[in-house]
Amino acid sequence: MSTAEATLEINIEQSRTTLDAWVREVVKWHFDPETGCAFWLDLAQTLSFDPREVIQTYDDLSKLGPFQDEWLRGGPVRRWVPKGHAGRPIYTFETGGSTGVPKSRINIEDFRLDYEAFSATLPDEYFPKETDWLSLGPTGPRRLRLAVEHLAQYRGGICFMVDLDPRWVIKLLKMGQPQMAERYKQHVIEQALTLLRAHDNIRCLFTTPKLLEALCEKVSLKKLGITGVFCGGTEMTPQFHRFAVEELLDGAYFAATYGNTLMGLAVHKPRIPEDNYAVIYYPPLPRAMIEVVDPDNPDRVVGYGETGRVRLTTLTKEFFMPRFLERDAAEREPPCELYPWDGVRNVRPFAGLPGTVVEGVY
Amino acid sequence: MLHIPLLRHGEPYTSLDVACIPHHQTREVFVEVSQANAGLLRRDLRDQAITRGKLARFSTAELVAICRRAADHFLKDTLLLGNAPQTPEDYVKQVSATTGLPHVMVRKNMQKICSMLAEMENVLNGLTRNIDWEVLDHGFGEVEGHAVSFFPCAESLGVVLPNNSPGVHSLWIPSFPLKIPLVLKPGSAEPWTPYRIVQALIKAGAPKEVFSFYPADHAAAGEILRSCGRGMMFGDASAVGAWESDSRVEIHGPGYSKVILGEDCVDEWEKYLDVMVASIVENGGRSCVNASSVWTPAYAKEISEALAERLARIFPRAAEDEAAQLAPFADPNVASRISQIIDQALAEPGARDITAAHRKGERLVIWNSCSYLVPTLVYCEAASHPLANKEFLFPFSSVVNVPQNQLTETLGPSLVVTAITRDPELVQRLVSSPNVDRLNVGPVPTNKVSWDQPHEGNLFEHLYARRAFQRAASF
Repeated sequence: MSTAEATLEINIEQSRTTLDAWVREVVKWHFDPETGCAFWLDLAQTLSFDPREVIQTYDDLSKLGPFQDEWLRGGPVRRWVPKGHAGRPIYTFETGGSTGVPKSRINIEDFRLDYEAFSATLPDEYFPKETDWLSLGPTGPRRLRLAVEHLAQYRGGICFMVDLDPRWVIKLLKMGQPQMAERYKQHVIEQALTLLRAHDNIRCLFTTPKLLEALCEKVSLKKLGITGVFCGGTEMTPQFHRFAVEELLDGAYFAATYGNTLMGLAVHKPRIPEDNYAVIYYPPLPRAMIEVVDPDNPDRVVGYGETGRVRLTTLTKEFFMPRFLERDAAEREPPCELYPWDGVRNVRPFAGLPGTVVEGVY
Repeated sequence: MLHIPLLRHGEPYTSLDVACIPHHQTREVFVEVSQANAGLLRRDLRDQAITRGKLARFSTAELVAICRRAADHFLKDTLLLGNAPQTPEDYVKQVSATTGLPHVMVRKNMQKICSMLAEMENVLNGLTRNIDWEVLDHGFGEVEGHAVSFFPCAESLGVVLPNNSPGVHSLWIPSFPLKIPLVLKPGSAEPWTPYRIVQALIKAGAPKEVFSFYPADHAAAGEILRSCGRGMMFGDASAVGAWESDSRVEIHGPGYSKVILGEDCVDEWEKYLDVMVASIVENGGRSCVNASSVWTPAYAKEISEALAERLARIFPRAAEDEAAQLAPFADPNVASRISQIIDQALAEPGARDITAAHRKGERLVIWNSCSYLVPTLVYCEAASHPLANKEFLFPFSSVVNVPQNQLTETLGPSLVVTAITRDPELVQRLVSSPNVDRLNVGPVPTNKVSWDQPHEGNLFEHLYARRAFQRAASF
C-alpha cells in the first residue's frame, strides 16, 4: 500500500468516526422530547426501542426503516420544527414539484451553513471575493433562491436575480406547448443579459445547464466578464460537462453541483483527464450522505462502480431525513483524497419510477 | 465496436453520450451511436447563413452533377463510417442488423436512392416544373415570358427521420441541389442510410459543411425543427401531432394509402390482384406508400379471400434469403402490441381476419429468434369499422365495401390512391379531393414512384417562395 493509499485509508476511517459521532448527536437531538420535532417524537412512540440508545452509528439508521416520500408532502409543516429551535424564524422550502404535490422542508439556518461550506470549495481566482453574482435559476419557494444570494453575500458580493417559475415550464410542456416554454426561457435569458450588461461587477454566475446553454447562445461569458459558473439544479451529463468546458465557458471555472432542497448540495470533484468529464459529486459529510443502493433491495449498498438508485440522508439539527430514496440513479464512486467518503458518478433520472417525470426543464 | 459519430457541419464529433443499438436478432449491441445534446446542436445552428453561403456558390447544374456522381459512390464505393471503411455490402448488412430489413429489401432501397440521385435532373424539374436552373441560381429570371423571382424561406432544412425504410431518404436529398443545407436527425435504428448518403455526396464534391448529422433524443429533434427555418418530420400519428399546426414543418406521418376499384372495373377484379398484392406487400409493407386498404363497391368478400390466399403464402425467411418478403420487428414488443391492437379491433362486429383461415399459426410468429407479423388481410363490412383505415408496419390491409358514390366522402387523408377505373366522373372526384395526395389512375402499384412527380408535398415550394418582381428595361 502506498503512502497516499494509507493516508486515504486513515482519512476514510476518520470521516466514518466523525459521521458516526454526528449521527449520535443528531439522533439524540431529534428524539429528545426537549429538542426534537413532533414528527420524530410521534414516530418514536411507534418504535419498540429508543433511537437515542440503539442508534450509535450511521449504519444503525437502517433500524428506522426507509424515509417515506409522502411524509414531506402536505402539512402540517410545523411538525418538522424541532422544539430546540422554537421561536426562531422558520423558512419552508419546496422541491421542484415535478412529481406531483411538492415536498416541503423547514429551514432555519441550514442553507446558510451549507453554502458557507460550499463557498470554501470555490477558488477565489475564479469566484473573486467582493464581486457580484447573478442567480439565473429557479426562484419562488426554492432554497436555491436564498442560498445563492447568501453565498454571494458571504463572499462579499451582491446577488442579482431574475424570476423563474419551473412549474410553469413543466405545465407548458405537459400542455404540448414547447414553443411557449422556449419563449419563457428566452424571456428569462433576456432579463439576465440586461443585468449582465448593466452591472460590470458581476463576475460569478449561478445557473442551470439549460440556461447556461441558452445564455451562451447569445453572448460570450468572457466578454461579459464572467469568470466562475456555479451550475446545478438539474441532471448534468458527462457530454454536457465536456460541452460546457470546451465550448461554452470561455475559460470560466465550472463548479458543478448536485443537490436539492432536502439534502443541501454536493460538490463536484475537481476535473481530471482520467475522469473523462464524468460528473462526480461528494456530499457534505457529516451533514448529509449520499449512497447508491440496489433498487430492488434498498438496504444493500451496491459495489463501487456499480449502478443503483441514489439514497440521501440529511443529518442536521434542523432536519433529519434518514435513507430517503431519491428519484435518481448513479454509479457509486469510491472516496478520494479531497473527499474521503462515498460519492456518486453521473447522476441521472432513475428509470424505474412509475409515471412520467418531467425533468430538467429550467 | 462500430461507432457512428455526429457530423457538425461535416466534421465528425464523438460524443460522450452514446446510444447502444442492438442487433435485431441477437439483441447484442451492434453499433454505438454518438448522441447530440440539445445545446450543442443549437450552438451549431447559430451559423446557418454561413453554410448556406457555401452551397450558394455552386450552380444548380454543378450540384446536380455532384448528385449524379454521388449515385455511383453510394451504390458501389467503400465510404467512411466514422473512422471505419464501409463497403456497400457492409451497409446492407448493417441496415439489416438494426432494422430487421432483409438484405434484398435493403438492396432495392439502395437502388432506389441511387436512381434518385442519378435522376436528380428530372427530380428538380418535377419539383420546379421545369424552371430554368439559371432562375434558381440568380433568384430571378423569366419563365414563358413572365418575370419570376424566388427566395429561400430557410437557411437550412431540419429533417427528423424514421426507421422504417431507407427509401424515404430520397425525399430530403433534393434540398442539397436546391442549395439548402441539411440538418439530419436519423431514426434511432437507422443512422446508416443518411450517413452514407452524406458521405457519397461529400466524396462527389459537396462541401461537407452543409451536412449536419445529429443522432439525438426526441427533445433534441424538437430543437432541430425549431431552429431550422424549414423542417420535415417523419413519424407516427402521435409523434407528428405536435408539429401539425406549424407550417414550417412538412409532416410525413402515416400514409393510409389505398387501392380503389371503380364500378366499371370491379367485375374484372381478378385482373388487378397482382397490383393489390404488390401495393400491400412490397418493401415488407413498411412504407407509407404501401396500401393499407382496398376499397371496392362490390365483391369485397371475394377479393378478401383471394388476397388472403396470396398473402398467406408469405412467411418469414432469413435476412440473407433473396426471396424474403417480411421484415422482423427490431423490438419484439412492438410486434406483440400491434397484433393485440388488431385482435382488439376485430372484437368489434363487422370485420374478420380472412388470413386467419389461410395461415397455419398465429399472426405473431417467432422464427429464428425474431418476431414477425405475417401478412394480414381483414374484411370490413363498412368504412366506419376501426380496422378499415389503419396502417401498421407490416403487410396489413383491409378490404372494405364502399359504394362508389360514397368513396370520396369516406376516403380520409390518403397519401397514395391507385384508382382502378376509367370512369371520368370518379376520376374527377378523386382529382378534386383534398384528401388525395398522390393519384395513380389505372393499375399502378401504390408504391411505384415517378421521379418527376413531387411526392408528399413539393420540397421546392416548401423551401422557396415566389415574390413579385419587376425590372425596368434600362436596368
